[in-house]
Formats: sequence, C-alpha cells, structure tokens
Amino acid sequence: MGTFLASRVMTDIFGGLATGAVVALIALSLVIIWQSTHVLNFAQGAMGMFATFVGMNLVFHGLNYWLCLVLSVVTGMVLGGVTERVLIRPLYGKPEINPIVVMIGFLGVIEAVIASIWTTNITMLPSPFSQIYYQSAGHTILVSPFIFYEVAVVAAVVIAIALLFRRTNLGLQMRAAALAPEVSRLLGVRVGRLLTLGWILSTGVGTLAAVVVSTGQVLAPTNMDGIFVSAFIAAAVGGLESPLGAIVAGLAIGLTEQFILDFWSTSIAPLSGVIVLVIGLSLRPQGLFTKHVSRRV
Amino acid sequence: MIRVENLSVSYGAVTALRDVTFEAPTGKITTVIGANGAGKTTLLRTISGLVKPRQGSIRLGEFDLVGTATEDIARRGVAHVPEGRGVIEELTVEENLRLGALASKVDLAEGIARQFTQFPALESRRRNYAATLSGGERQMLAMARALIARPSVLLLDEPSLGLAPQVTADMMRTISELCTSEDLTVILVEQNAKSALRIAHDAVVLHIGRVAAFGTAGEVAADESLRRYYLGLVT
Repeated sequence: MGTFLASRVMTDIFGGLATGAVVALIALSLVIIWQSTHVLNFAQGAMGMFATFVGMNLVFHGLNYWLCLVLSVVTGMVLGGVTERVLIRPLYGKPEINPIVVMIGFLGVIEAVIASIWTTNITMLPSPFSQIYYQSAGHTILVSPFIFYEVAVVAAVVIAIALLFRRTNLGLQMRAAALAPEVSRLLGVRVGRLLTLGWILSTGVGTLAAVVVSTGQVLAPTNMDGIFVSAFIAAAVGGLESPLGAIVAGLAIGLTEQFILDFWSTSIAPLSGVIVLVIGLSLRPQGLFTKHVSRRV
Repeated sequence: MIRVENLSVSYGAVTALRDVTFEAPTGKITTVIGANGAGKTTLLRTISGLVKPRQGSIRLGEFDLVGTATEDIARRGVAHVPEGRGVIEELTVEENLRLGALASKVDLAEGIARQFTQFPALESRRRNYAATLSGGERQMLAMARALIARPSVLLLDEPSLGLAPQVTADMMRTISELCTSEDLTVILVEQNAKSALRIAHDAVVLHIGRVAAFGTAGEVAADESLRRYYLGLVT
C-alpha cells in the first residue's frame, strides 16, 4: 500500500489535488460574485491578500492563528461590502466593462497600499498543521496534515455555498437579484442588500483562500497573482454559474500542472490553465456543469 | 383602490405622462388602452415605483406610493406583471413561484398549491426551467407568481402580447375570474383594446401621455369617435 501511495502517479495526483483545491476555492469566490451580482472581480486576489495582511500579521505579534484567520475573513467581508457600496454600486446598469476596469485599477491600488504599509515583513507565516509528508514503509507519500486542512476548508466552503444557493430562500433571492434585478424588486426582493451580501460572501471566501495560500509562505502582496489567473480560468471553464464546475476545473488545473511538471517540462507547467481552458471550452463551451437550456419556439 | 391624481412623468425633455387622473376601484378591472407611445407602460412603471414622477400622487387607500421604493410597494400588496412577463428563465417554475412568495407572509407550500389549483398546467412543469415554457405557460407563471403573495392590486402590462387568440381569450377570462374571486384591483394595460374592453369595468384611454377619456368600459366601447381615433377599432 505504501509503495502504491508513494508511486510517481499517486504523488502527482496528491500534489495536483493540493494545488487544485486552492485554485478551486478562489474560483468558487469568483462564481459567488458572478452568481450574486454578475460582476467579474479582478481584484479578488488582492482584496483577499489585504485582509490576510490585516489579520494574519497579528500572528507575528503572538495572536492565535485561528483568531487571526477569523479576523482576516471578517476584514475581507467588510472590505467586500464597502467595495460594492462605494465602487460597484454606481456602475450597475452601465456597460459591463466598467466594473472590470474599475476593479483592475483597484487591484493596483490595493497592492500598492499593502506594499506601503507592510514593507519589512519577510517572515514566513507559520502553519497550524505540520507540512511534513507522511511516511509509510519507508516511502514518502505526498500528503501532509496541512494538505488535509486545505482540502477540508475547500470541502466545507463548497458544501456551504452549494447549500446556500441551491437549497435556501436567501440563495434563491441572491440568484434572482443577479439574473433579473428589476423583476426581483417588483417581487419585493431587497436587491441592493443582496448585491452587497454577495460581495461580502465572495470576499470572505477569497480571503480564506488567501490565508490558506499564504500559510507556510512569506506574506507578500502578490501571493495570489499567479494562482488567481488559474482560478479565473477554472471559473470560466466551470461556466461561471456553477460552483461544482469551478471546483472540478480548479482540481483539473492543479492535476494538469503537476503531471506536466513531472512528465514534461517545468517551463510548460504554468500553461496548464490555458490547456484546461482550451480543452474545456472546446468540449463544453457553455461550461462543465452549466445546464444547457433548450427553448420551445 | 388606486387613485392616480395629476400624475406627470418626464424622460429628460420628453413628457411621457401629463396630468393623468383616474381611479381604479377594488374588485374591478380598469383597462388602460391607447396606441404605441401613449404612456401605458410608463403609467404602470410609475405606480410600482420603477419610474419617479415629476408631480402628482398615487394613493393606495390613504397611502401615497410616490417616493416609496419599488420593493416596498410590492410588499404593500401591489403586484406588477411587466411587459414580456418577466419570468426568470434560468430558474425553474417552482423557484419562480417561491420567489414571488418570499417577500410576503403567506405559507409557501399552501401558496404554491393554490397557484397549481388555479393554473393546473404549471404543476407538471414545476421542475422545468422557465425558459422551456410556451408563451401561454409563461403568462400563467407570471400571473401565478404575482398572485402567490395575495396582493390587493394587480398591474398587468400587455398580457396578451404574442399569444394565440384562443390563449388570449382564456387568459382574459382567467383575469376576470381572479378579479372577482380575489377581490383585486386590476389595472390592465392592453394594445388589444377589443379584448380588454370586453372584460373591463372601467377604461382609461391614453393619448400621447394625456387622458383622452375615462369612463365605464361600456361607454368607451360605445363611443364611435374614441373607437375610431384612439383605439383603431372600426365597426
């Protein structure tokens, strides 16, 4: 068993799933914001990193990791809510490119703000779980308690979000508010509040992803930049509407990257997202799990 | 009862409604008819708060709806089925119905069951996406979604649009029955003046944003000049 789990293929699978889980989590945060407001938030990664700096920096001042994590997520949620109210709300009803441009600009602003406030921090953010891989019968299995933590966070968030959007009245109202704001208002739905709530939720999940990405790493404003591109592709391949699609595409990107790294070339590995994008959209242009709705004519 | 007084609406320099005054009594259908661009849709959108008037009042009982947010007007019992029906295609039939009930205090299961009794064709389609419905089914869904919250006022914008004559006739009969059974104040905007006048109690004829005539549906239908010049009905 130990030999099998430590085999080259299984090692790649474990490594790929670990990377893919975090990609999936960020992709999920993009899906939430799309489902609830039909806006693509290009500053999601940077906003998550800002909140991570606010909360997790306190670890270096002796505060408990979990307390800092909660503080980070709450900061992210507040930042998301304020951003929607101040930057995005005036743009509803305007061309769809407007919020995209604004959030790309905001990304630069946030990274500059982080760099100007936390300039001297080069310490590694300690992990609450061991990052040492398990051993079995003398073989190294590419799984650690930290990887279990990553996967558990992703699984918990995925289930919670899926239940929220598919099983609750609040989730139904959030979807309706994004799909048909005027009709929703005619039905008494308080659309403005739900749009803010969508941003709050999304940025909370994005911040959780940023904390996970940064754990065991040096806290840097650009920690999320590379992985955000992969997550954006995962959300697109998943169909933007589907949490499950984003998760599967995120895991596929992680696995593709790991297998390319191992069997092909390290220089090609960063292109794994593009490879998944081309294959995914060729096979299912409407998205992996997006239902194709046929209309009676 | 809805009482509209001296209502004026402008879109920039263009006046869409000018000094519109009429009354829509409880338990009766008041139809608003007129040519394209007469201001019929603007009138309904102003009543439900989607358009802010320049002047005038819209009283629901003693309460002036002007200045009230659209969602609060809906929660006060004004249901608006917009032009094009407004069913959300990406949601199922049942989800559309649930959405209609959430802002009210009605029991969800009881409300849905009541609408399936009223519109039996919807029950077998409850798990289908609204995008798959025919025009008639969509109109039924839009009506059911509006009625599930037990409103006191029902605003209908061109419910016959795109429907076959027989489906239109069935729809008009249903509106008439609902008005009586639910004791609704119905304001029915229609291009199809003939069908609307047949079921309405009162009629408002709009012409380029002004009230050209207001009276019982019978009086309007019998007025030869109104029929000829404003409604395009030639006997």
